Amino acid sequence: MPSTTFSVNGKPASVAADPDTPLLDVLRNHLRFTGTKFGCGLEQCGTCMVLIDGEPVKSCGKAVSTVAGKNVLTIEGLGTPERPHPLQQAFLDEQAGQCGYCLSGILLSAKALLDRNPAPSRREIALALDDNICRCGSHHRILRAVEKAAAQIRQGGAR
Amino acid sequence: MSASAAPQLPGMLRDNPRLDQWVRFKEPGRVTVSTGRVEIGQGVLTAMRQIAAEELDVAPDRILLQTGDTDLTPNEGYTAGSQSIQFGGVALRQACAEVRALFLDRAASQLGHPRDTLSVEDGAIVHKGQPTGQDYWSLAASVDLACEATGGAPIKQASQHRVVGQNLPRTDLADKVFGGAAFLHDMTIDGMVHARVVRQPQRGATIRAFDEAAIRRAAKGPIEIVRDGNFVAIVAQDETIVEAAAATASSHVAWGNLETLNPMSEEARWLLQQPSIDKTHGAPPTDRAPAARAYEATYTRMHIAHASIGPSCGLALYKDGHLQVWTHSQGVYPLRAALARTLKIDPAKISVKHVQGPGCYGHNGADDAAADAAVIAMRRPGQPVRVRWRREEEFGFEPVSPAMVVTARAALDDDGKPQDWTTEIWSGRHTNRPGGGGNLLAAEALPDPPPPPLAVEGPPPPGAGTRNGEPLYAFPAKRIVHHLIAETPVRTSSLRGLGATLNVYAIESSMDELAERAGQDPVAYRLSVLTDPRARKVVEHVARMAGWQAGLPAGTGTGRGIGFAQYKNMAAYAAVIAEVEVDESVRVLRVWCAADSGLVINPDGAINQLEGGIVQGISWALKEGVRLDETGISSRDWEGYPVLRFSEVPEIAVELVASAVDRPPLGVGEASGGPTVAAIGNAVAHALGARIRDLPLTRERVMAALLRT
Repeated sequence: MPSTTFSVNGKPASVAADPDTPLLDVLRNHLRFTGTKFGCGLEQCGTCMVLIDGEPVKSCGKAVSTVAGKNVLTIEGLGTPERPHPLQQAFLDEQAGQCGYCLSGILLSAKALLDRNPAPSRREIALALDDNICRCGSHHRILRAVEKAAAQIRQGGAR
Repeated sequence: MSASAAPQLPGMLRDNPRLDQWVRFKEPGRVTVSTGRVEIGQGVLTAMRQIAAEELDVAPDRILLQTGDTDLTPNEGYTAGSQSIQFGGVALRQACAEVRALFLDRAASQLGHPRDTLSVEDGAIVHKGQPTGQDYWSLAASVDLACEATGGAPIKQASQHRVVGQNLPRTDLADKVFGGAAFLHDMTIDGMVHARVVRQPQRGATIRAFDEAAIRRAAKGPIEIVRDGNFVAIVAQDETIVEAAAATASSHVAWGNLETLNPMSEEARWLLQQPSIDKTHGAPPTDRAPAARAYEATYTRMHIAHASIGPSCGLALYKDGHLQVWTHSQGVYPLRAALARTLKIDPAKISVKHVQGPGCYGHNGADDAAADAAVIAMRRPGQPVRVRWRREEEFGFEPVSPAMVVTARAALDDDGKPQDWTTEIWSGRHTNRPGGGGNLLAAEALPDPPPPPLAVEGPPPPGAGTRNGEPLYAFPAKRIVHHLIAETPVRTSSLRGLGATLNVYAIESSMDELAERAGQDPVAYRLSVLTDPRARKVVEHVARMAGWQAGLPAGTGTGRGIGFAQYKNMAAYAAVIAEVEVDESVRVLRVWCAADSGLVINPDGAINQLEGGIVQGISWALKEGVRLDETGISSRDWEGYPVLRFSEVPEIAVELVASAVDRPPLGVGEASGGPTVAAIGNAVAHALGARIRDLPLTRERVMAALLRT
């Protein structure tokens, strides 16, 4: 089995897998980063969103061979309970979630947005999250949390 | 039952009266509390923790919560119907109050202090404010909790609450925000294999030809095939291989005995021609009103999908003659009963444990996925089996919420107020859970399948298809005529709100039309026929929140509408106002909601549920309808079944009417959906100057309505 080498959350990873294996499966089953979720396998719902070299990508439709040499960021690399990313802290502060299955993908889409636009409007946040489905209806809280995190980061809370 | 004055136990405590089923002191400093209720994203575990902490007088973080496990927790049936707090929480509260009382009795005799001079502070027994050196844990060995609840211990009054009524943060949220293995989908067991089922396209379909060699050739690695009757599953060590094999397998199986569906059955009006089981509830029939004083209008809705964000998952292990199943089902005990029937084994040889899954909003594929895993595991002793449905499977094979037709009919008095009201309902079944009759897809595919479950629905309230069919308004005569259609084109069952969504839409749309006929403002007209003070309060409150103004012109392209209901006519009250803008399609701009759910355990949790119901209601109203083709459900992805996205979500304001904290808690999870759909319908009618009676309110229907004006 050919092996693909890339970086996950800042650490090198080398995976022996069919080159066509979806990155999502590699993350969840080979590397045990189960924070990234399977939702549809069709690149329609955003639960499997990760950042590849900073860009939001739906990992269910991305062959592992295409990320060779690249940097992948998953929810496990965003922050920890001890050192939460401002987005994670804001989601907890706003209690922005119900079942929570969509949250890791949404947090990564939001991080990509704030990295390129530190002061997005409510409308810009909503449009940036349109690739992510939340079925429970926590949208309003999520939008509020992203706004709050953006303000936090602008005030120097960024890592 | 005798007519003695013995206190009445809450129902769930009556069914599970032994106190040690609810509360135990096994570890020093910790309290093990059990609830049959399970977390489905609604925050119930946090609320249960608050209830137990309050009534036991311990800090919430001392509580170890056990939930939904046939080996450990009381049998509370299903976590459904917005009943967890209203019934399950009330039972837990009483159990905890009794446990606290037993410990205080014991402490009083041991310490020689009068009972009423003792109290509990964070688990410690306190005498007139001073420590006694005794606590729950030191006394635990001398207090026998293997006794039955009596109903005699008083519960705290709302004014004494310290934990209940606080916004305790969700105990499960951090794990989900930091990417922990929070879901059943994330669970692994050593030696676990992955499996996918090649689904029987319809109940009764039989395998005519099965090209096993072709399936193996197409697979990109080693697979095994499990086949029994018309049940086919593919098993592999590698999930990627099994997922890909399952995606192509259906083209290598030819099915016979297929029924061709009528394409018209996608639309609800198809129901009007079907045989039905008919029942009338409420006032006896009367003669029709003369035309001048009669109102009649018919409203419809398509089938609606639960459309969970994650496809269903089940894990099972059959080892040493015992089957262990892990599931995100809403009812571990009913699932165990259904599995026992399907597998023909003793329920005592099955353990079913709940692990959290993605939000389900009712009876989706969770039970079926668990059954799939169990059926495969029984054929592979010692090997843990994980089944995760594919997206097309979740959309294509979960039981959907039935299409419905509702006719509202009223005879009016001289003031234009209904004197006689009929809600006539045509609907497939809204209750079809596996506990009742072995309704599991795997069971239908195995040899000797069970007979189709009987179409039976309980009477309102709460009802199922009839839910909220009776308006809460003070009309002198009210009845529901229910046509339950047993044979529907696809399998149907419970989805958040059940029949209430279209019943409330029909009633509240009619109320606006009647108000207009009477020349009255919709809010004023409702208040003129609403006598329940709690109902009046939420309507008045939401009107104030929204700055409701009477007499705004119709047909301007923007509009406002109101919708109101008390969910199930026995749970929370909710009134919603929506503001919309309509050109070719409908955009919801703002939503206000006022709700009264009595004693609120966690206000932010209740508001979160009401907000979720509003967003889901907007999605139902504007977008959702299951598509059918000749064999079954054809809308099998998010493009075929669109739901509301972030940029379409309006500003939402929700307030709890706080005056009712001294009343029992009322279920809130399903209270806002129906009123939201109704408010949007009324707002769209106001914006257009024409009413759309068929859901969803699509662009095509808006254009057709515009042509009528």
